[in-house]
Amino acid sequence: MRIVVLTKPVPDPASGQDRLGPDWRVDRAAAPAVLNGNDEYALEAALRLVEAHGGEITLLAMAPPSAPETLRKGLAMGADRAVLVTDPALAGSDIPSTVAVLAAALRDLEADLVLAGIDTSDGFAGVVPAALATTLRLPLLSNAAAIEPDPAAGRVRVRRIVQGGYDVLEAPLPALVSCTQALGAPRYPSLKGIMAARSKEIAVRSLADLGPLPRPVGGAVAETVVVAVDPPPPRGATRTVRAPAAEAAREIAEFLAARRLLP
Amino acid sequence: MVVSSTPPGYELTEEQRLVRDTVRALADDRIAPRAAEIDRTGEFPWDVKALLAEHDLLGLGIPAEYGGVGADLLSVCLAVEQVSRVCATSGLIIAVQELASLPIVLAGTDEQRRRWLPDLAAGRQLVAFALTEPEAGSDAAAVRTRAVRDGDDYVIEGTKRFITHGSIADLVVVFAVTDPEADRHGRMSAFVVERDRPGFRVARLEHKMGIRGSPTAELVFDGVRIPAGNRLGAEGEGFAIAMRTFERSRPAIAAQAVGIAQGALEVATAYARTRRQFGRPIGDFQMVAALLADMDAATEAARQLLYRACTVIERGGPDAARWAAIAKLVAGDAAMRVTTDAVQVLGGYGYVDEYPVERMMRDAKITQLYEGTQQIQRLVVARALLGRE
Ligand SMILES: Cc1cc2nc3c(=O)[nH]c(=O)nc-3n(C[C@H](O)[C@H](O)[C@H](O)COP(=O)(O)OP(=O)(O)OC[C@H]3O[C@@H](n4cnc5c(N)ncnc54)[C@H](O)[C@@H]3O)c2cc1C
Repeated sequence: MRIVVLTKPVPDPASGQDRLGPDWRVDRAAAPAVLNGNDEYALEAALRLVEAHGGEITLLAMAPPSAPETLRKGLAMGADRAVLVTDPALAGSDIPSTVAVLAAALRDLEADLVLAGIDTSDGFAGVVPAALATTLRLPLLSNAAAIEPDPAAGRVRVRRIVQGGYDVLEAPLPALVSCTQALGAPRYPSLKGIMAARSKEIAVRSLADLGPLPRPVGGAVAETVVVAVDPPPPRGATRTVRAPAAEAAREIAEFLAARRLLP
Repeated sequence: MVVSSTPPGYELTEEQRLVRDTVRALADDRIAPRAAEIDRTGEFPWDVKALLAEHDLLGLGIPAEYGGVGADLLSVCLAVEQVSRVCATSGLIIAVQELASLPIVLAGTDEQRRRWLPDLAAGRQLVAFALTEPEAGSDAAAVRTRAVRDGDDYVIEGTKRFITHGSIADLVVVFAVTDPEADRHGRMSAFVVERDRPGFRVARLEHKMGIRGSPTAELVFDGVRIPAGNRLGAEGEGFAIAMRTFERSRPAIAAQAVGIAQGALEVATAYARTRRQFGRPIGDFQMVAALLADMDAATEAARQLLYRACTVIERGGPDAARWAAIAKLVAGDAAMRVTTDAVQVLGGYGYVDEYPVERMMRDAKITQLYEGTQQIQRLVVARALLGRE
């Protein structure tokens, strides 16, 4: 099975740095980049699928030229290769641009299964998987909590999380699955994996390499613009309860009950 | 031989950063929650050992052709540093596996390496390094344990003291006298002794101030018979093998020290932000802020010195022993000072086990003692300076 995992380098949410520049764009120089958290869950799911069914995993990213360092972690976790689409013209791309570029790159990769995280921790739009599936005319199996492919039959089953339970969806391959954290926590790369990643290929593609696209792309034609950003209101005063466990629990319960926050 | 992947330069490579960040995440998630309990119970953390093995951290410095990771010395140190930052006992598991596999890597024949290294690299077996004796501490050449040739065998007789992992290791690298008449540096040879050899026994375990989860054993060799094929290198090369080993193992102890210091600095900094006295965070008081700044400076200075030392040692050359000694000297002192000051920043809370800094202070002390005391490191440096034997 050929699996492509969409992996986006995002500013490290744990860095504590202010990650927005003056134009409200994500300032990618302000904080070190890491693999988007939900994409790591998608990659973990891919690794388990390949362990069970055989196959190979390609990481696909559209990102600044510094991205190979971030992608290397995915290769160390066990992906076989990576494709990085990077081009100065892509800075400031909006969702339609991103989808057009990823779709073009995906056409070349001939995947049986495309996995994506349900959203990214920098953009948070969460529509790229659906838009990409639509563009590529692939079935979309969203919010996956379990993925069960049947490569011989050319089909895949997914448990989709819905309110109060899950749906079981089935679709022919190739298909696109958006992955939730219910699939299971990503592994740490092993040290041998890190050393092996050194010799794995990261193919770098420019816009020109992708060939003609059906629409103009990049920051220059972005249709969505961030107009304003408001910080969340400051947190009110916190109260720390310091008491033996039973006493503390009672105190906290009373506090919540007084505010009608307990059922 | 261990092959360097470190290009000359002053930055960690992409791969080294990935090693550091991976081990840091692993240490924070899986080892840090265990540290206080390991210290309190004084029990060897088999679960942590299994975790380290699972992630190839016990075979870091072992060449890939023998089942190891084949990482450069700096990567080994980055791993020891990140684990020691949360638990010095656990960091020592990596450091000692490296220390005691080094004589096999450096002096073993291809057959010997194939025999022992794959199990060590996979963490299926642990190995200990037995040089110190009751009468041979700093004066390592004064070893009395004898290895007497008997046909195709050697018979080993003697006592080793303070041997880390001595009670749990499957293999023990033992330094013993083969030629009592030879000069100080030609008397000893190195041997690998499997723990199930008759006559080998653990006589006692030490009750220690720090690194309390790390068993430190007295080992008795009571006529232990081993095949001559268990000797590493030629007869009389033992002292030289031990010294070459220290060139690569002292940096790992320096890394343990830097990690302990960094851990203490982080706890103290977080505390100074939140602890309020006289109506404001104690970090607002210049005397506290200066303590933190000095702690950071000492830790960073030791770290950068260590990283530099690793690249010099990796390249090889006559200066390696000096760099190894300087790195351990500076890092050990930094760890002791930084952890002591961390206790100061936390006041009374630093002195009790509600916070980890008192444990870190106890753990830091060992880095000034083992693999050569600070005085012995100075001796090594002074010899290099003054050109004496
Ligand atoms: C927890 C622990 C784990 C250990 N693990 C191991 C291990 O795995 N394998 C192993 O072989 N050993 C191990 N050791 C032994 C350790 O390396 C020795 O304790 C150390 O080398 C010092 O030897 P000593 O204790 O006999 O002290 P001594 O040599 O008796 O030293 C006492 C004091 O005299 C000073 N001194 C001695 N000679 C000189 C000199 N020439 N100039 C100036 N000062 C001098 C020393 O610096 C020290 O301050 C371990 C020790 C401990 C405590």
